[in-house]
Amino acid sequence: MSGTFLGMPSLPVFGTGNLHEHEPFPKAAHRELGNAQLRANLGHATRTIRDKRLAVVSELPDWEELRDAGRAIKESVMARLPELLEAFEANFTARGGTIHWARDAGEANSIVAALIRDQGADEVVKVKSMATQEIGLNEYLEEQGIAAFETDLAELIVQLDHDKPSHILVPAIHKNRSQVRDIFLREMDGVDPGLTNDPARLAAAARAHLRRKFLSAKVAVSGANFALADSGTLAVVESEGNGRMCLTLPETLITVMGVEKLLPAWEDLEVFMQLLPRSSTGERMNPYTSLWTGVTPDDGPQNVHLVLLDNGRSAALADEMGRSALHCIRCSACMNVCPVYERTGGHAYGSTYPGPIGAILSPLLTGITAEENNSLPYASSLCGACYDACPVKINIPDILVHLRGEDVDSKRGKKKLPSQMDLGMKAAAWALSSGKNLGLVEKALPLGRIAAGPDKKITKLPGIAAGWTQSRDIPAPPGQSFRQWWNKEHQAPEGAPGPYAPGTEPTGPQPTGTEENP
Amino acid sequence: MNAREEILGRLRSALRDTPAVPEVPRDYRRASGLGEEQLIELLTDRLVDYKANVFVEEAAAVPQRLAALLEGTGNYAVPHGLAETVFAEADARDGGSGRRLTDAPGQRLSVAALDAVDAVVTGSAVAVAETGTIILDAGPDQGRRVISLVPDRHICLVRAGDITAILPEALQRLDATRPQTWISGPSATSDIELERVEGVHGPRTLDVVIVRG
Repeated sequence: MSGTFLGMPSLPVFGTGNLHEHEPFPKAAHRELGNAQLRANLGHATRTIRDKRLAVVSELPDWEELRDAGRAIKESVMARLPELLEAFEANFTARGGTIHWARDAGEANSIVAALIRDQGADEVVKVKSMATQEIGLNEYLEEQGIAAFETDLAELIVQLDHDKPSHILVPAIHKNRSQVRDIFLREMDGVDPGLTNDPARLAAAARAHLRRKFLSAKVAVSGANFALADSGTLAVVESEGNGRMCLTLPETLITVMGVEKLLPAWEDLEVFMQLLPRSSTGERMNPYTSLWTGVTPDDGPQNVHLVLLDNGRSAALADEMGRSALHCIRCSACMNVCPVYERTGGHAYGSTYPGPIGAILSPLLTGITAEENNSLPYASSLCGACYDACPVKINIPDILVHLRGEDVDSKRGKKKLPSQMDLGMKAAAWALSSGKNLGLVEKALPLGRIAAGPDKKITKLPGIAAGWTQSRDIPAPPGQSFRQWWNKEHQAPEGAPGPYAPGTEPTGPQPTGTEENP
Repeated sequence: MNAREEILGRLRSALRDTPAVPEVPRDYRRASGLGEEQLIELLTDRLVDYKANVFVEEAAAVPQRLAALLEGTGNYAVPHGLAETVFAEADARDGGSGRRLTDAPGQRLSVAALDAVDAVVTGSAVAVAETGTIILDAGPDQGRRVISLVPDRHICLVRAGDITAILPEALQRLDATRPQTWISGPSATSDIELERVEGVHGPRTLDVVIVRG
């Protein structure tokens, strides 16, 4: 059935859907930074979760060993992805489940809508799922006359507010409790008008609001956190019980999952179910995890479907430097520790996947040239906090740098003439390649002093360097370089050129001290 | 070419460089040497942290404990495979088994019926002390997944011998293909300002009776 692939190697086929930055990140970030309430909410929430995560991670003596195992398991999944998918398909199907394959967002959406229509249903309950967010399923279903009810509390808040998620774990992280109360009072039918901003009261309001929906729903749509190839088992990790409701009560269950979510075997779950809860909500274990394998007669949904989604994942896999971004288990630890995310929030990234992982995953899935996604790899100071926090050790900073290179290369390919940056880099490469060249460049220093004028400041640089002087001045350069000064100070008495005189390459042992030394 | 063949083809083509399949280093803890008393103590500590109510009883005292927990509640659901002897005391106080509704093959409780009961009593398959997790695998003493979900209060019996220290030990005792529900405390959410609040859609009260012997 499988065997070696003998066809023509296909070009990378990129993903579609909610994966794009629609304006350059700096512009979006600039706007979001102006929202003081957002910054206060995010600062509070990310601080809380960072402390919780650190506390439960430091409890485990073998955290680093678990991370190493997690990384190796994911690496082996990616190397064997086609065969593992086939094994998973065989096991899931043997137990009564049905598998569908979707090349992109549009294909996945139409498969799901057709399955819902087959049941004669015009509404579905949904468990929070990044994959369905990515493909824009809710919007598509609405166009098709099917109402999708989000049941996760944060997703419900976002949906009621007609807003967009800003965090992959807590999509309403940008809202505080009083804002949530206001949304409920405004949008929730039959809500108690005396509702307070107490989170327990807000959770109770959500329970009352969704209870009837759960008990009467015919069809549920979910994502999946893990899929086990050796048994055909799917897993959903959650907290509120809305997942259990959706996965247990309706007759029909449709799950949408990216192909990269596979794990080879049952024993691998012991690694990831230790890594995920502690990294995401900072708990020893999340309140509920559900596992199902196809159909269980007389228990839970009897009509069980899984849509396996490519949508750019094969393109990401084809990037040897970037493919480890597919190891991501969507814990969100990287965004909670990211100094950029903490200030700009998730909306600034445009894509369903914000934060450090989004800055690499979105352009890998869509291609670096899609819309404004080439601005995402620059949404980082490369501080490396994300790499330290990642439970599967994805080297996000390295991939960011790699994608910056891709971006530069893609722009170079488009232009006939080299850009200012290209010329600048070429010039710098020449100047810094030898002391002789640098010495020649340094002879131009007095020109800088002339440019600076009497107040000894350069306030506006030309060309692309103008960005640098937009918010700061450059002090006038010194009249001579250090090397020129050194040579003057260490002039040999008979007028021979000093060891660092322009035009000489230093050879042999270098003088290290002052003239007192022999 | 259909979608399946095309996606598998794309993935194979993406792996043209034939990346190495690494050996997985499993140097993390896979076994622990904790004794039964330590396991009970650790599990209790973790469950209480999740705001579950925990009672540790000798097997002979379980009927008394259940009768006390069920005192004052209305109807309660049970799976058909849970030994009736544990309800002896509750039945005696009731003068019969009138409050107890049994979910059995051929005699399934409807969702509406489950929504109307005050509590459900089930057994469990295995527990993980370190994480405060109780795992149900739909065995006869645990029943269908729905019965431990819809009622607002879950009273769960955990045999001391089923408590493991760490997750890898628990997984060795389970079959992946059985429908499983891992429960770590009552339902909760951290969705508002990332502060944990107990009690959302799943049972808002979790009572755990750890049974010795």
